[in-house]
Amino acid sequence: MKDQLYQYLLMLGDNAMILGHRLSELCGHGPSLETDIALTNISLDLFGQVRNYFQYAAEVKGETNDEVTEDSIAFMRYPHEYRNTLLVEQPNKDFAFIITRQFFFDAYHLPLLEALMQSKDEQIAAIAHKSIKEVKYHLRFSSEWVKRLGDGTAESHNRMQTAVDYLYPYIGELVQETPIEKEMKEQGIGADLSLVRSKYYEKVKTVLQEATLSTPQFFGFHDGGKKGVHSEHHSHILSTLQYMQRTYPNMEW
Amino acid sequence: MQTATQHPDIEALLEKVTDPEIPVLSIMDMGVVRSIEKQEEGLLVKITPTYSGCPAMDTIAMEIKATLEQAGYPTTVKLILAPAWTTDWITPRGRARLEEYGIAAPLEANADKLALMDGVRIVPCTRCGSTNTKMISQFGSTACKALFQCEDCLEPFDYFKCLK
Ligand SMILES: [Zn+2]
Repeated sequence: MKDQLYQYLLMLGDNAMILGHRLSELCGHGPSLETDIALTNISLDLFGQVRNYFQYAAEVKGETNDEVTEDSIAFMRYPHEYRNTLLVEQPNKDFAFIITRQFFFDAYHLPLLEALMQSKDEQIAAIAHKSIKEVKYHLRFSSEWVKRLGDGTAESHNRMQTAVDYLYPYIGELVQETPIEKEMKEQGIGADLSLVRSKYYEKVKTVLQEATLSTPQFFGFHDGGKKGVHSEHHSHILSTLQYMQRTYPNMEW
Repeated sequence: MQTATQHPDIEALLEKVTDPEIPVLSIMDMGVVRSIEKQEEGLLVKITPTYSGCPAMDTIAMEIKATLEQAGYPTTVKLILAPAWTTDWITPRGRARLEEYGIAAPLEANADKLALMDGVRIVPCTRCGSTNTKMISQFGSTACKALFQCEDCLEPFDYFKCLK
């Protein structure tokens, strides 16, 4: 039971951490000063949320293993121990790609947190209450850009459609229930992903329509991340993310 | 929810601790101090973060401890998440200080949405007071602010976004 809660917290935290890391790569490289600042602010919010999840995860794990800390969870795990979805580890390509990935995550993140606010686990509910205020801003930002670029010039429209076509097959994994999520749902701790899914797909459909983008006809999807089976990109992220702690174990600021 | 008022002496000390990113605003005016408890082993001060990723929170916690211990109170600072901070907890004096400093204070939630999402011109310029202002960027110098510009006096200024 405690281990399932721990794994569930990793799932919640890892999505935010890997996406936060992808966004942090844009610091100083955004297409304009305003978007650069926006994306790195979103990254910072996500890292704040990660800290809350991992501090709690360390507490849960701490009952049997006092060597576990929020930092060891973030920096010392092996690739197969990360539970983030494949969507968030996709690399930054052009701005259309970055915004589409963000929108696909934010549109899922909001109904997920709405569900987690009802969690029987007080700490998860508290983190969700805190995070949702920030995620509302994230979703506003990314969905506005999807519309502006999709319904923009021929060039921006084409780039957006390319990004949507490429990333759409990754969104199914976000709302596909794994055994851990099923168990957490049944205990009243985790979100019911079938409810999240209907809100999520509805939002994606509405925004893509408004953006004059077509929703791909796709019936399967890529998965594996939640079970620890990642794409080649994942280890490259970890080699940057973990470099300091691996080179100088236990270093602190 | 009200901040604690049972310990005026401690609160006076905490008035000196400011947000490192908005130095005119004390943590009391910011509404991040949720409770002060006198216990046998010393003081327990509970604070809540403004934003999850606010990098100022660690510094604020250290400053609280240093300030109170210098005054002879052994102190423990605890970070709590619930109930989550809202911009409604900024005191009237805090709002006035923000405005003086050149940061427009948060509007109430509906007006905030109109200003940020629909481009409705209602955020008053901190320099000339005109509401003929437009949003430049939804995210400003920190996560809690958006960037605006006055179309009358041309002053660019930060707007503290409503968080509820
Ligand atoms: Zn003005």
